[in-house]
Amino acid sequence: MSYFSDIYKGIKTLLTGMSVTGGYFIRARKGAITQQYPDNRETLKMFDRFRGEVVMPHNADNRHYCTGCQACEIACPNGSIEIIWDRVVDPETGKKKKEIDKHIYHLAMCTMCGLCIEACPTNAIVWAQNYENSVYDRSKLTKILNQPGSSVLDGIED
Amino acid sequence: MNFLQMIIPLNITKTISDWIYSIMPETAASYTIMVVIAVAYLALFAVAGLYLVLLERKVAAWFQLRIGPNRVGPWGLLQTMADALKLVSKELTSTTKIDKFLYNLAPYFVIVAALMAMAVFPFSKQFQAFDINIGVFFLIAISSIGVIGILLAGWSSNNKFALIGAMRSGLQTISYELSVGLSILTMVLLTGTLQLSEIIEAQRTGGWLILQGHIPSVIAFMIFMIAGTAETNRAPFDLVEAESELGAGFHTEYSGMKFAYFFLAEFINMFIISSIAVVLFFGGWLSPFGITENIAWFPEVIWFLIKVLGLIFLMMWFRWTFPRLRVDQLLTLEWKYLLPLNLMNLMLMAIVIWLNWTI
Repeated sequence: MSYFSDIYKGIKTLLTGMSVTGGYFIRARKGAITQQYPDNRETLKMFDRFRGEVVMPHNADNRHYCTGCQACEIACPNGSIEIIWDRVVDPETGKKKKEIDKHIYHLAMCTMCGLCIEACPTNAIVWAQNYENSVYDRSKLTKILNQPGSSVLDGIED
Repeated sequence: MNFLQMIIPLNITKTISDWIYSIMPETAASYTIMVVIAVAYLALFAVAGLYLVLLERKVAAWFQLRIGPNRVGPWGLLQTMADALKLVSKELTSTTKIDKFLYNLAPYFVIVAALMAMAVFPFSKQFQAFDINIGVFFLIAISSIGVIGILLAGWSSNNKFALIGAMRSGLQTISYELSVGLSILTMVLLTGTLQLSEIIEAQRTGGWLILQGHIPSVIAFMIFMIAGTAETNRAPFDLVEAESELGAGFHTEYSGMKFAYFFLAEFINMFIISSIAVVLFFGGWLSPFGITENIAWFPEVIWFLIKVLGLIFLMMWFRWTFPRLRVDQLLTLEWKYLLPLNLMNLMLMAIVIWLNWTI
């Protein structure tokens, strides 16, 4: 005769559920997860895993890690990345080597899949956590990731 | 005339009624008073319904760790007013193949049935529009009318989602009406009267009915709250609307003010179910332990509202905790569990009263 024990179990599990949500209700005033976005624009920071756009970090001497290997360009499934590169002669060793002229990134086409970042052997490109990416003109979404006058950091190719 | 009668609404209404009687013949005056009271109730409960919507949204937000409406007015207090204004000003759209007469009639059935039930509640000793000796019976009868409106809405919309929702509503209300009625009957056994004001008077000396009837009363209360939630078509019994399955159920084709009537009626129905529970189990406007019984100027309606809001919160807690039942689970719950338990409980209550085991 499991009739009454079923009722007892049913009520018990319902009360368990209600105690869980009741706990949330009591804590809601302190731990609300809502971001009141335009108001807290200065302090709002996105979490680390957020994929805002692809950027190329530069150090203080305007040097980056990109060797121009084009692995990201090959990895990109829809051609959001274009690399314009050149062959220059290294003044120290006298060998010819590849150097990027422009690392062009089309944010408008990017699906944020992250394959380029996984493909990069030198971690030259990373995700940025910015989120206000709207612009009035579509051409502004085509970005050149390497800063003007920057060059690759020595010894990265090795 | 003491201080007490200066502030209690009785006197205001008495002054107004004396004035109306003085300016027109007796029959006309009594009809005018009825209209005035009806309009006052309509305004009062429309606003109360709006604030219940706001409360629901706030409570829902807090259950989900959100903040809720906080932009319109201080703490979002004017949010639902703004929503109502928007709904009033919206165009009433309809499809071409509807049954026009029934389609337009349906919302009024629902809202009128909800507002009619408000008439018999004793909010305080004086604040009661219509004190009839079959009050409880009247409430059960009126609460069944609303489902006709829902059925009409679903049928006349000529929309399969609306029709499915309406049919589910019929099925659900007819089933759960039994449990509501029987659990009310259990408490009526204890009081021996159907008049709501006398039910409250019976609790003045012996304590609230949920204490007087102890075990059978508590069981009756639990059954009443479950069946009452089903009666108002709220989650977890919201198969009628069932957003994920039926669009919006029976009111899919409604817009503007007609939709607002359905929406408001849901919240007024929730208020009604809570009010019945407060009158039958928690002593209506009586203060706990009689703490304000001797304070003459204390408005007893506050106790009534506090208790009602407590029970409304309980129903909202149900809504934001439990997932929706399937149709077969809904019927299993009613016919295999609530109904037999209710009949057993009725017998238990009869035995308790027969052997004088009440407290």
